[in-house]
Amino acid sequence: MAVDLDKCTGCEACVTACHAENNIPTVGSQQAARGRAMHWIRVERYYEGNFPDVRVKFRPVLCQQCDNAPCEAVCPTYAAHRNEDGLNAQVYNRCIGTRYCANACSYNVRFFNFFNPEWPKPLHLQLNPDVSIREVGVMEKCTFCVQRIKAAKTTAKAENRTMVDGALQPACAQACPTTALVFGDLNDPNSRVARLSQSTRGSKLLEDLGAEPKITYLDKQPWHEPDAY
Amino acid sequence: MNRTLTKPIADDLVRPLFQTSIWFYAILLATGTVVACGAVAWGYQLWYGIGVSGKRWPTFWALYLTNFVFWIGISHAGTLISAILRLVNAGWRRPVTRCAEVITVFALSIGALFPIIHLGRPWLAFWLFPYPSAREIWPNFRSPLAWDFFAINTYLTGSVLFLFLPMIPDFALVRDRSTGFRRRVYGALAMGWRGTTKEWNRLESAMQIMAIAILPVAVSVHTIVSFDFSMATVPMWHSTIFGPYFVAGAIFSGIAALILAMAALRKALHLEQYLLPLHFDNLGKLLLLMCIFWGYFVFSERLTVWYGNEPSEMAVFWATQRGAYAPLYWTMVVCNFVVPLAILSNPYTRTIVGCVIASCGVVVGMWLERFLIIVPSLTHKQLPYSWGTYQVTPVELTITAATFAGMILLYTLFAKFVPIISIWELKAGLPSRQDSTALPPGSTKAEGAHS
Repeated sequence: MAVDLDKCTGCEACVTACHAENNIPTVGSQQAARGRAMHWIRVERYYEGNFPDVRVKFRPVLCQQCDNAPCEAVCPTYAAHRNEDGLNAQVYNRCIGTRYCANACSYNVRFFNFFNPEWPKPLHLQLNPDVSIREVGVMEKCTFCVQRIKAAKTTAKAENRTMVDGALQPACAQACPTTALVFGDLNDPNSRVARLSQSTRGSKLLEDLGAEPKITYLDKQPWHEPDAY
Repeated sequence: MNRTLTKPIADDLVRPLFQTSIWFYAILLATGTVVACGAVAWGYQLWYGIGVSGKRWPTFWALYLTNFVFWIGISHAGTLISAILRLVNAGWRRPVTRCAEVITVFALSIGALFPIIHLGRPWLAFWLFPYPSAREIWPNFRSPLAWDFFAINTYLTGSVLFLFLPMIPDFALVRDRSTGFRRRVYGALAMGWRGTTKEWNRLESAMQIMAIAILPVAVSVHTIVSFDFSMATVPMWHSTIFGPYFVAGAIFSGIAALILAMAALRKALHLEQYLLPLHFDNLGKLLLLMCIFWGYFVFSERLTVWYGNEPSEMAVFWATQRGAYAPLYWTMVVCNFVVPLAILSNPYTRTIVGCVIASCGVVVGMWLERFLIIVPSLTHKQLPYSWGTYQVTPVELTITAATFAGMILLYTLFAKFVPIISIWELKAGLPSRQDSTALPPGSTKAEGAHS
């Protein structure tokens, strides 16, 4: 995936779309205030400059689907593992909830089901039947909408053709009004995402940690190191 | 040990087994109540989910892992210290070894509970066992948590053996002095011990082998516990110093726990004749040494981070040094370094009371140290947007209190049913025979430095 920060308006349509597509529980205001909110994709806001000359920068952060993923190595039960498409998959049934993966992840994009999920009526009727509900005590994270990838692959195979670039989109990219999120096959050098990943505007998030994240952020202005303390 | 014993040792030391004071029941009731509360709290957490604890995004580890590291640290008192003292043949070790070794077994069992308590789905904890399954899925041997599993189990097995072996002759002694059901139980525990020369020789060589074998295991256990943290690229966790730093801290807190246990036993069971000021003085010196080691490690860790000035690490550094965690941090420094150093470096204050005060400080300080390693790092990871907080909940506090009460409960029960001072070892160290039953042959020869 490539994320064009110059296009991102911070509207958070991706966040809402992701919640709807992936049956991510809304934990309620009380639990959210206690830091239990789950957003597989979030829009981080950073502020530059001093008042009144302030500029807001938005950065959608989701699982970076690292090639050298720290979360996978530390899972004692292989719940976090690499699937054949190169995605960092999470097997909910295999997860025992050590939460080590979430600590090892420098991007903090893994979420824990502190309680059993509940949907206030009538929201329980809008659950996506293609995505399993996660029970209490397991970790979950962005899957790049693996259910859509599987469905598109199956269709392509049935119609005896290869996948078409751009035909398949995860919910966040589909919902993005400015097409800031671009999804595709990085192994296909002609795909839009592969070309964008080679852009001179491109950089990776926390690249120096060596996790080899697969998401490229495009930004014509270099980011300043955020003032950490 | 040139001192005058007013009563035969064996009579004096098996007395707690046959006489029960009202305090025994009082302690049992008090600690049992707290443990029961802890069990209820854990049941509540099992029913509703880990959300009843204070953990949140991104502070996924907190109090339970603090307790885990703390108790595993305490467990380094016994077996390690006892093994070292046995190997260097320090004569003063004799009354100390058993009450030290039993701390290891209980603290390790309690510590090993916490990784299970903290699991999201504890009923599936058995997936860490490398058992052959039809699905051919093994634990992930790349995960430090799997290493933990093996390290702790090895250490627990070794420590139980190390504790049990020298208890056999004492079980035989109690067996010979009791009747009825009690005789049958101690008879089974004594495993048919008759006290022949062959049996003594085998026991001695088994203890020698165990003492040597347990040393690398003990060091590796806390190193592997430290790997849980240092293997992750979390600011202030990802450090090469963690292995020795954790081992030093573990021995440090372990000696403090041992001093507290010995002082309590001395008062409760009237062991003033056996646990002498000399023992507290020697252990106090050991505590002082570890205190200096600990200070050195903390200084090295902090200095390198500060000098390196890496932004994400500095965020954690300043959070502990002068931010939200600073009160805890400086309490830790006072409890772990200032107080023990002041008390223990002066021979006039290195008394039993002095050692107990210093040890209380160390136990509190080392608990805080574990907390300050885990929580500030997780709340200050690389992306400032995802910084978090942590607030402790009653459920966590109850479970924590229950483990401390559980330790006291187990220790009290142990001291009630097993002679807490190794009778045969004590006799073997005496210059002349006082009581000729159940004595290892050749045990009157001078051993170690008797003072």
